[in-house]
Amino acid sequence: MNSFTSWAVDEDAQSMTEAMIDAARALDGPLTIGGVEFTSRLIVGTGKYETNEIMVDAIRAAGTEMVTVAVRRVDLDRTKEEAILHHLSPDEFFLLANTAGCYTAEDAIRYARLARAAGFNEFVKLEVIGDEKTLLPDVQATLEAAKILADEGFKVMAYTNDDLVTALRLEDAGCAAVMPLASPIGSGLGVVNPYFIREIKNRLEVPVIVDAGVGTASHACITMEQGVDGVLMNTALATADDPVCMSHAMKHATLAGRLAYLAGRMPSREIAVPSSPTAGMLD
Amino acid sequence: MTQTNTIQVQLNGKEREVSTGLTVHSLLESLELHPGMVVVELNRDIIERDSYQDHAVSEGDTLELVHFVGGG
Repeated sequence: MNSFTSWAVDEDAQSMTEAMIDAARALDGPLTIGGVEFTSRLIVGTGKYETNEIMVDAIRAAGTEMVTVAVRRVDLDRTKEEAILHHLSPDEFFLLANTAGCYTAEDAIRYARLARAAGFNEFVKLEVIGDEKTLLPDVQATLEAAKILADEGFKVMAYTNDDLVTALRLEDAGCAAVMPLASPIGSGLGVVNPYFIREIKNRLEVPVIVDAGVGTASHACITMEQGVDGVLMNTALATADDPVCMSHAMKHATLAGRLAYLAGRMPSREIAVPSSPTAGMLD
Repeated sequence: MTQTNTIQVQLNGKEREVSTGLTVHSLLESLELHPGMVVVELNRDIIERDSYQDHAVSEGDTLELVHFVGGG
């Protein structure tokens, strides 16, 4: 079987991709979060890849600038290299530390402060989980942590439900971006409630990034068609049979969805309307 | 009288014996950890990287050494 990865480095495909990115740039401004400008609207995670080499290749293929990382104890007993900075250069990628795995505001704040002490930036992907089975966020604890962290000067990008009122409160709390889920973390179900996502985007002034639940390229495209500012994913890339190929697909899908949104789609109808003239038909 | 050259600390969740007279800096060195690659929490306080040499490691201290790993 041919590897799609080899297609990825094909020169024609590369120049096609570059042309598409140039087209998007000409039509679209940058994504600005907390005063930092990003060209790519695709943010990716660094977890669950089979090897660090595949991870780096996939992230490069996704054309992404911002990548998420987690804060964990150094394993002092094992020789296995877990430190991600040996593989991902902070000069090449903007590191967004997360508070994944935290179930209380206090823990999330502790992880955020540790992440900031690493010295790269003031950004944090705030995640406070409220339920182990669904990994749905504890919005009350998220809000509490967001307020404290924003007051401490953090640029908080808050993972939350697709709930408008919570999103508004997170914006009021000083978040730099609000990140409603498409569907539960790692589910790959895509956007289950595009109407709510659209409503959140329409009502917030800070960037809205859809985080979690995207499983395949069409999901990324549909997400971006709602008009949101960006999309964040991890599992969809890391657990694809060919993560590098899926990263290419996600890059194109994110751009396609964004351009379709900017283009302004035709209204949908439940009846047919002919595209060719009805006049001038032969007798 | 017994003389001990080690102290007991709680390091990343486990009891460990380390040499007496260590600073955070020399502890990291003894563990072959690059100071720029880890963040240190000593008894729940984050230690600024440029002050690792100023903080002594004492009997009963709780230390957390963390770093960035892959995550979403």
